[in-house]
Amino acid sequence: MFHQPSKTNNPDYAVGYKSKLGILMFIIYAVIYAGFVAVNVAKPTLMEKHIVFGLNLAVVYGFGLIIFALILALVYNHLCTSQERRHSKNAAKGGQK
Amino acid sequence: MAFIIFAGFVTFVLFLSFYFARQTQSASGFFAAGGQIHWAVNGISFAGDYLSAASFLGICGMIAVVGYDGFLYSIGYLAGWIVALFVVAEPMKRLGKYTFTDALDSTFNSPGIQLAAGISTLIVSICYLIPQMVGAGVLVTPLLGLPHAVGVIMVGTIVIIIVATAGMKSTTYVQFLKGTLLIIFSTILVIAVCQRGLSTEPDQGGKKPYYDYRKIPAMQQNGTIKPAAAGFTFAAQQAHTTPQGELIVDFVKLAEKDRFTWWKVNKKDETIELLETASETIRGDGSRFINGIENNNELQLGSLVQIAGKSGKEANTGSVGIFKLLSLLSDKDTIVKRWKKAAVFSDGDHMVTLFAPTETPGNKIMRPGLQFKVEGTILQRLDFISLMLALFCGTAALPHILIRYYTVPSPACARKSTIVAIATIGFFYILTLYMGLGAMVNGVVNPLSDNMSAPLLARSFNTFLFAVISAIAFATVLGTVSGLIIAASGAVAHDLLDRFYKLEFNERQKVIIGKAAAFTVGLVAIILGIVFQGMNVSYLVGWAFAVAASANLPAIIMLLFWKRTTAASIVASITVGIIAAVGLILISPDMFERYGLMRSQAPFQLNQPGIISIPLSFITLVIVSLLTQKKNGQVAAAE
Repeated sequence: MFHQPSKTNNPDYAVGYKSKLGILMFIIYAVIYAGFVAVNVAKPTLMEKHIVFGLNLAVVYGFGLIIFALILALVYNHLCTSQERRHSKNAAKGGQK
Repeated sequence: MAFIIFAGFVTFVLFLSFYFARQTQSASGFFAAGGQIHWAVNGISFAGDYLSAASFLGICGMIAVVGYDGFLYSIGYLAGWIVALFVVAEPMKRLGKYTFTDALDSTFNSPGIQLAAGISTLIVSICYLIPQMVGAGVLVTPLLGLPHAVGVIMVGTIVIIIVATAGMKSTTYVQFLKGTLLIIFSTILVIAVCQRGLSTEPDQGGKKPYYDYRKIPAMQQNGTIKPAAAGFTFAAQQAHTTPQGELIVDFVKLAEKDRFTWWKVNKKDETIELLETASETIRGDGSRFINGIENNNELQLGSLVQIAGKSGKEANTGSVGIFKLLSLLSDKDTIVKRWKKAAVFSDGDHMVTLFAPTETPGNKIMRPGLQFKVEGTILQRLDFISLMLALFCGTAALPHILIRYYTVPSPACARKSTIVAIATIGFFYILTLYMGLGAMVNGVVNPLSDNMSAPLLARSFNTFLFAVISAIAFATVLGTVSGLIIAASGAVAHDLLDRFYKLEFNERQKVIIGKAAAFTVGLVAIILGIVFQGMNVSYLVGWAFAVAASANLPAIIMLLFWKRTTAASIVASITVGIIAAVGLILISPDMFERYGLMRSQAPFQLNQPGIISIPLSFITLVIVSLLTQKKNGQVAAAE
């Protein structure tokens, strides 16, 4: 009795899709993050180069990683929500029949 | 004023706890706020949980002292949320009830997992509690004039009351409030920093005259260094003897008309000059002197020597934009004066601590290298990689973050609240760079404790901002400690006593046990907070992340994505991960220094264990899974 989900949820038919999408986006971000670490270790002086608005690569890459995380998260949520709606519509149609 | 705002805030938080206490009668209410928190509120509360003393005090403090290297923590902490969102959030919600052990054990019902995961939650929570409690002590000293230990005891007591009265619900609303206020007032502080602009003679908006540390000529006479400038007389000196028997004078104490000051001896070819140091002297009677003047305020340092090649009045920039500020500070012709501890010694019954300046160009301040030696030896570079790995992997394995997935009604809400958290936390982390650099160049860094840089920066503007920022920082500690104590109490009451030992408690008893566990963990946290006084809180959190990532993440990931994972392999992975991470920290150079031993004597020469302990935990899980396939035939169905 004590060990169960906190609330019984409706069946989520989009689990497979969301899981694959999540892994894909995780890999994309992990590669870019690894690139940041690699540049810092392999050629740290490259980080001093001024890139845009007078900001150096270290700041642009650092801010970029933070902003890119948010963009990916919003895209992920949009795609997941669309998929969940599609599945729930299909389920509702199936129920009406 | 600081005290009134601070006391008002704490009173309100306690009122909130007692208000929600009436609604918290069940175990679900205590451990998971009944699973009914709105995702937007939960998202901000995530930020409240996550933006701990480490983020606010530790990162800003580290940036103020070592520049961009401190910002690496911001990047790593935020990147960790990607793992939480894309990999962990929804499955955790689907599989668990109150604790992450529930999720791990959802397909096995294994006592071994319950025990290992429960203990792991306890250890990680305590590792994470240490820096929070250290942060509490750091805050209370300048705010209320109380000793470090009193601050720690005070926070511990308030948090125990918050948790023991209303559990997760009050904790959530405290976090929500704190998260919101933190973002608002940090933004105000950053705007103020940009409006003040940069100057080579920072006078805190005219409130505190800029003190220019002096340089005078000197000469050597019969083994002593004497000043060759009017108004100074020799008083004492600190010297050491080389192995060849040569006497080297390091520091000289000079008498001026109204005070004694300490000077660093700088020999260049045949000429000798004395550089004034920043000093703290504690006399035998307990009186405290800063730069030779009796003073109980903090020592505050840090300024620019040159801004893009200019110095003096013509260097003043006036108000600058957010990009211009960073651009000027990263200029190679901008020079930052940073202060490092140069010596600690006794002079009669006086205990003297000296800080000497070093000048660092802006291009080096604004890229990694001052703290993490990315241009150093292979081991030093591995240390950096290890830290970045632990920060990336640690977030999604922190127990107090994982339990917040059970406070929302559905997996979709868990996902949405994570996105709100990423937006809020990401924005705050960008602000940390401005707050840290603002402290670095505005003469507000206390070299005895860099953790106070952000609040002291606020004080350089006005007392109200300082009081509010300090109250928020204190709430930051309260909120995070509450979340951690709930996680630890859940591990004891739910994972260990209820599920592992199968003690049959009714709902009311479960809540009582949870509260008793919260009380005990709170006491442990108080003791550790006193023991670890003086360490940078963000640095300590880096270790907590490494322990969490090593102990918990491999088990979570493999359970979700590798169908051959077995119960035995999860137990083995958690056990190996936690022993390896904690063990390697205990034999690291930083800990050897803490023990009073030589850093070079440490058997493990990395300070960050993640690069060894995380892969080791994964490998253990795979090997044990393969070895135990036929034996028990357990196959995890990930979804």
